[in-house]
Amino acid sequence: MSRALVPTLLLIGALAAVGPLGAAPVSEETVHAIGAQLRCVVCQSLSVADASSETANQMRGIIRERLAAGDSPEQVKAYFVEKYGLWILLAPPRQGFNLLVWVVPFVALGAGLVLVLLLVRRWSRRSASASPGPAPDAAMRARIHREMAEREP
Amino acid sequence: MSTRSRALRWAIPLAVVPVLALLAYGFRTDPRDIPSPLVGKPASPFALTAFDGKPVSLETLRGKIVIVNFWASWCVPACYDEAPSLERAWQAYRDRGVVLVGVNIQDKEEPARRFLTQFGHTFPNAPDPSGRVSVDYGVYGVPETFFIDRTGRVRFKQVGGVTDEIMKRQVEKLLAEPA
Repeated sequence: MSRALVPTLLLIGALAAVGPLGAAPVSEETVHAIGAQLRCVVCQSLSVADASSETANQMRGIIRERLAAGDSPEQVKAYFVEKYGLWILLAPPRQGFNLLVWVVPFVALGAGLVLVLLLVRRWSRRSASASPGPAPDAAMRARIHREMAEREP
Repeated sequence: MSTRSRALRWAIPLAVVPVLALLAYGFRTDPRDIPSPLVGKPASPFALTAFDGKPVSLETLRGKIVIVNFWASWCVPACYDEAPSLERAWQAYRDRGVVLVGVNIQDKEEPARRFLTQFGHTFPNAPDPSGRVSVDYGVYGVPETFFIDRTGRVRFKQVGGVTDEIMKRQVEKLLAEPA
């Protein structure tokens, strides 16, 4: 009897340390990872993970509680979106109008690169033709006048 | 080359147009005006203990028009400005199947109690220490007031303080609906 008592007590002690029976231990890393994607509702530009306000604290508590109840990180995020709308997510989802935020910077970067490429090509061609050559003869002069007139309408 | 360079000359100012249009759209919207996804949806149930020790739950108020007001004693001046209108609406409509519930969030007990005494609020008021009710209602600032119809659906959300006119308009609208 007493021999069985010690391991039993040890087991109870271990279970008590882990927490209530059946509840999976919630990793603070997961809480932080979810919090980092959610906007702290009173601080606008801070995430729930970084803000130190009472609200952010309570929101972290709710994340912890939902995870402990068996929700997946996606379900926890879905819960906040259901209550606050997509606004609560710090990164807008890649769909609809929000897609612009994801696409425009790359389109602008690409367009800028193409523009720079075209300009550099033009400049290098121009500087090559500007190298000292034979003095312009009458025909060349006429061509210069014609082209300048063309450029300045 | 000359037609290409002419096209290029136009490409730069033309590229500015969509950017300007996007900025014009963006700066015209108010970043604080966030539409609540909860309007039209069933109100989340809650069960709190009021400052006077009595239980307050949405479940027991089924079939009534319920107005839930989120407030805090530090919310100056909006919560102070709207406080008299809340009590007036409660007095005017309490006999017509309308219940007003105050939920005190992000606050400390003592100043919250002082606030209730100052305005002589007689409708149920309860603290939400875990913040769960305020997240369930998607509250991001105080004051916010939710109008819940007899079927338990959120019908209107007032962001910022209420006035006598707002209370009257919203409550009369819900009262006019068949019970």
